Amino acid sequence: MSSPDGTAPPDRPDGTAAGQEQPTIEDLVHEDAGPTPRFEDLAEEHAEHEAAQPAEVMTESGTESAAASTAVPAEPEKKMDLGPVGHLGDRLFSAFARGSGGLVVLIVAFVGIFLLALAIPSLADDKSSFLFSRIWEPGGDQPRFGIAAMFYTTVISSIIAMLIAVPIAIGVALFITYYSPKRLAQPVAYAVDLLAAVPSIIYGLWGIMFFAPILLPVINGLSDVLGWIPLFEKPPGDNVGVVFTASVVLAIMILPVVTAISREIFAQTPISHREGALALGATKWEMIRMSVLPYGRSGVVSASMLGLGRALGETVAVLIILSVPNGNDPWNSSIFAGGETFASKIANNAAEFDSPEKTGAYIAAGLVLFVVTFLVNSAARIIVDRSAPGGKRPRRNRRAGAAQGASS
Amino acid sequence: MTAITENKPAYDGQALDLTGKSGARAFKNTLATVLIVLAFLIAMIPLLWILGTVISKGYHLLLNADWWSQSQRGITVRRQGGGAYHAIMGTLIMSLITALIAVPIAVLGAVYLVEYGKGTRAARVVSFMIDILTGVPSIVAALFIYAVWITIFGFNRVGFAVSLSLVLLMLPVVLRSTEEMLKLVPDELREASYALGVPKWKTIMKVVVPTAFGGIVTGVMLGLARVMGETAPLLILVGYSKNINLNPFNGFMGALPTMINQDRTELALQPAADRVWAAALTLILLVLVLNVLARLVARFSAIKSK
Repeated sequence: MSSPDGTAPPDRPDGTAAGQEQPTIEDLVHEDAGPTPRFEDLAEEHAEHEAAQPAEVMTESGTESAAASTAVPAEPEKKMDLGPVGHLGDRLFSAFARGSGGLVVLIVAFVGIFLLALAIPSLADDKSSFLFSRIWEPGGDQPRFGIAAMFYTTVISSIIAMLIAVPIAIGVALFITYYSPKRLAQPVAYAVDLLAAVPSIIYGLWGIMFFAPILLPVINGLSDVLGWIPLFEKPPGDNVGVVFTASVVLAIMILPVVTAISREIFAQTPISHREGALALGATKWEMIRMSVLPYGRSGVVSASMLGLGRALGETVAVLIILSVPNGNDPWNSSIFAGGETFASKIANNAAEFDSPEKTGAYIAAGLVLFVVTFLVNSAARIIVDRSAPGGKRPRRNRRAGAAQGASS
Repeated sequence: MTAITENKPAYDGQALDLTGKSGARAFKNTLATVLIVLAFLIAMIPLLWILGTVISKGYHLLLNADWWSQSQRGITVRRQGGGAYHAIMGTLIMSLITALIAVPIAVLGAVYLVEYGKGTRAARVVSFMIDILTGVPSIVAALFIYAVWITIFGFNRVGFAVSLSLVLLMLPVVLRSTEEMLKLVPDELREASYALGVPKWKTIMKVVVPTAFGGIVTGVMLGLARVMGETAPLLILVGYSKNINLNPFNGFMGALPTMINQDRTELALQPAADRVWAAALTLILLVLVLNVLARLVARFSAIKSK
């Protein structure tokens, strides 16, 4: 900005015109200048200039002249400070924005720290192994509790949910992006998103009242065929409030999440890949398999992880569907038995939070859930980052190329 | 596009004959199409089924004016009557407080990510933490607030505590959608503003945020829709009250999810079952209306890129 001859800035050749229009612009700039801490310095500096070159400067008044004095070649360094100097508003606003960003980090950190702080005393009193025991008897003189059973039920139900949801979600995403008539694509995408809007308590009610009964034949069929594996062994009775039912309902609940992300990544497949495949004589499905699926693979993987994270933490639907096993029954690893997940256990026993020791036990369980979802979501995030659009994936492209070569 | 149409014969039967395995390839193609359409149909079944169930079982109570103006005070599971006014108001009050706390933080956080922190390490950390926050289960958010609000500070279980835990769930939704919208604001607008000498904060407040306003509203509505249906924090942080309590700082409060939860074990009794499904329908209506509105706002306020 500083002009060598010290008259007018180079972009305003006409001095008088500059003088006329400057005030309006400068008013805008300095409207909020106010008495900021460094304002005094500026004023002093300005006073010096005024003393030095009285003739040149001042058709304007006040702070503006400081800006005009940029023309003086003497102190170019300080003049560069002018931007930040005037704007108290700028600094406040930037502080608020940064503060909000920092707050998000703090919240996540606090969640971990507070849960840990309250869990530690109870964990210290725990008379059995917290990680490997299946007993849950917090409170009393001899608190004994372990998360093994909950951990198992939580993980197995979520994994089954993911295994059911992901193939369907990929199908729906492909339908929306490449198969449906153009006019239908948007409404279909909305409809799938609406699935995510249904509150989880309604999934739970519907799941146990209407959906579970029709799953009974499926449960019977599966256990007839695969019953020799403990995982599929059906205990006597026609209990439908079992892990498998919960998994299927969870699958419906995470379907929209997985679909939405897969859809976006599929739609981003470069048109050159797709047209290349078609030009080589690929059928539509071969085009999808050779260009769309390889391109979207990491996106689908991370979408599945996010879905898994959702399923791990889902509370009320699972709480309503899963029947809590009778305390005297032996523990059953079958997916056709009842059980409790971390979330359902905590919610089920919210009324029991009467003593700090007991509460601590549930908070410890919540902490484990937090850590597990943290890890799953971080993994999803890292996969996304590593294969962000723009950073092309040479390995995958090579595979696509190889597949293309093989089939042509 | 022309490339595709011109090459179309290449993947019709004729060209496939040249490869000698046309039958198998054509069959696979058909099979894939069938499976994909089937996947779509399967995905639609639960949505229609749930909506159908809830509407058919719940609509008749909603037609009654009492439903919108009365509470459940003094009404037992065996008796008909009463309404959901206490629960609707509870849900609205708690969601509103949540929004009042979450939205400013979310918008400023997004402004930080887009306008101030772009490309810095700090912004990457914040962005990562937002992703983590997105994945925090509602029960963990509720336990966290329980730990702070009740165990450490020794306060009571009240509606405001629920709002605090819902903030954790709403914040990332609003922040992400706001961030996406701010990114879409063309740099030309910012540059034009700077060129006029407008300070950065004013550029953001008067140019950037207003341009993205529609998108921000969409995000807020989607966030509200998400927290309205949450049940877990209600179970842990506030008791269910059948009476009208509009004070979020004192006493138990009704809410639609807990109203459903209250009577769900009594579904064999017709009055209780009617109320459960009517409350479910009311909740779905609230959430769906917000969702649909959000999408309409998004559609009509989309930023026009050059």
